[in-house]
Amino acid sequence: MNSRRDFLKCALAGGAAVAGAAASPAAQARGNADVSPDAVGLLFDSTLCIGCKACVAACKTANDLPLDINTSPDWPWDVPLDTTARTFNVIKVYRDGKATLKDAEQGGYAFMKSSCLHCVDPSCVSACPVSAMKKDPVTGIVGYDKDACIGCRYCVAACPFGIPKYDYDSPTGAIGKCELCRHRMQDGHYAACAEVCPTGATLFGKVSDLRAEAQRRLALKAGDTTTFPRGNLSAGDQPAWEGVVPAYVQHVYGEKEVGGTQMIKLAAVPFDKFGHKPLPERSFSSKSETLQHTLYGGLALPVVALGVMTFLAKRNMPKDDEPQAPHTDQQEGGR
Amino acid sequence: MSAHVHVAPAPVGGRLLNAVSFVCGVLILSAFAVLALRFWGGLGAVTNLNDGYPWGIWVVGDVVIGSAFACGGFSVAMLVYIFNRGEYHPLVRPALLASLFGYSLAGAGVIFDLGRYWNFWHILWPGYASPNSVMFEVAACISLYILVMWLEFSPTFFEKFGWSNAQRKVGRAMFFLVGLGTVLPMMHQSSLGSMLIVFGTQLHPLWQTMALPAIYLISAITIGYAVVLFESCVAAAGYRRSIEMHLLTPLSKVMLGMLGLYLAIRFGDLVVRGAIATAFEPTLQAFMFWLESIAFVLPLWILGTPAKRANPANLFTGGAVLMIAGILLRVNSYLVGYQTGDGWSYFPSIPEMLVTFGMFAIEVLAYIVITRRFPVLPREDHAPAGQAA
Repeated sequence: MNSRRDFLKCALAGGAAVAGAAASPAAQARGNADVSPDAVGLLFDSTLCIGCKACVAACKTANDLPLDINTSPDWPWDVPLDTTARTFNVIKVYRDGKATLKDAEQGGYAFMKSSCLHCVDPSCVSACPVSAMKKDPVTGIVGYDKDACIGCRYCVAACPFGIPKYDYDSPTGAIGKCELCRHRMQDGHYAACAEVCPTGATLFGKVSDLRAEAQRRLALKAGDTTTFPRGNLSAGDQPAWEGVVPAYVQHVYGEKEVGGTQMIKLAAVPFDKFGHKPLPERSFSSKSETLQHTLYGGLALPVVALGVMTFLAKRNMPKDDEPQAPHTDQQEGGR
Repeated sequence: MSAHVHVAPAPVGGRLLNAVSFVCGVLILSAFAVLALRFWGGLGAVTNLNDGYPWGIWVVGDVVIGSAFACGGFSVAMLVYIFNRGEYHPLVRPALLASLFGYSLAGAGVIFDLGRYWNFWHILWPGYASPNSVMFEVAACISLYILVMWLEFSPTFFEKFGWSNAQRKVGRAMFFLVGLGTVLPMMHQSSLGSMLIVFGTQLHPLWQTMALPAIYLISAITIGYAVVLFESCVAAAGYRRSIEMHLLTPLSKVMLGMLGLYLAIRFGDLVVRGAIATAFEPTLQAFMFWLESIAFVLPLWILGTPAKRANPANLFTGGAVLMIAGILLRVNSYLVGYQTGDGWSYFPSIPEMLVTFGMFAIEVLAYIVITRRFPVLPREDHAPAGQAA
């Protein structure tokens, strides 16, 4: 009986295969994805936001979204409390103490936009098994196709920003999230939230321009005067205005987080106060895909494993699995 | 291991309608009633799912845990055919039967959790399917494995119906089916762990690790043996058959070996990453981690000596505790350790649980019907009245 020897052989072969796979990730490892040179996005400057929520209303109209009442039934307001499958953009507020001073961490308040950040290397796209979440190779917009979607909600679970949302109240529910008004771009329009923003707190533009603009603002001295563009930064379609430079927190949120996002944010209050948790620079999708490509790249490892397993099974297959002698095992002995 | 000649499998016989099958029937009907509501009113009508916890027990229970419990067939077939331990051959058919139903129901169960189920075929359709997605890998492997298992098990039906030609053909390809039936579960059981990697920092460091595929795979194989111990004891008690102690006692030792490997990987990883420190914080996650760890370690004590392994009660308890450990690992990593943000919480609703119970009831009922009517369990030499130890 050489079962023990076979066991060892198998264990060794299996171990070698795993070790081989672990030793060769360099070949298949992938780092963070790069941002497309023509990628578009948003720059949200919390200090410029006055909380008028014109962007929330414009988003509803532009995306033809229904009423979304998620306050308690006896409240006579329809204000959406958070993004849902029927609300793609909300303005939230940070409050401390009496909340009298705008953009002050202590005793103050500050506004924050909550909508899809259009990651450079999105987890939702990596998670989606049916290519319903796709990143446009040129604009970098993370778009959703409900006709492809199977409703597994892996994107909902995977997004580190909690953005894709599913409609649990519908028997044919779909995912809902901001798609940067990509359906309006053929007509020369851009993100409705930026189009209507009266102060330029939400600014649309090419990611490279937006990043430069964010760096420009961070380099300014608080209290000085500067111009704040509005609408589409790259097109300059709306007049800019002059204002006082606020005391920015020296952090462009979305520049490095999970490999960068195409919507970036500036604020005068630390981002963790808005509930933005610190995130690593390495994208989660690159980690997941590196692992998958290491194990399954070219199907090499599974095919080798199948070969070994099939060979061993063929050799060890007891005679009694063949129908002629179905009632005895291959080994001798008695009971 | 004295007995190497095994009696042929034979139907157990007996009545199909009894208290157990009646309870199963009631549970199955309630599950279908809930599902009717789900398809009428959407997932929100019957579940407590929300955007913070978009996956509940239908995914974690029916699919992730259900398929791990269905690893008995794979674990035993691997032992018999790959590691050439022919003495365990009588355990293959019953284990494969349980696996067949576990997986088929996990596959079917996915459909009613899918929000847009009519598109389900997209996951395997070129043009839609996305190989970068871990879920694609899981779906492709599980679908193929269900097919392979039905073929692996088909001789049982062919034998019953006397289709010797078909039986011969499948018999000739059996070595390849066994090969596939070993590699495919290895792939998707590890991927059920890999699915969590993209969750990144949303998953507590006690569970978020690149070792997840190894942790899930080794635990699934171990649980496969635990399920065989559990099932054999329950089948013996339920059908008043003698327990196959000459097989189960050495099998429990194999299980302990796998369990040792599992614990080495699990704790080695926690120590290397330094995540073990978070197990001493006063959090629900740390508490659940210790509960999980105790359940994994306990069988080492329950089945620690040859004398203990010779006692059927210990085999049953050891198997059951390890199954609980497997449940805890999966519930912890998919739900307890998953923190998507403030203000979200999830606990399954009663209707949600009814569906999960209904799914397990289908498995139990199918196991009863098939073992009573088809040649699965080894033939008892003496009358079935022989009371089990």
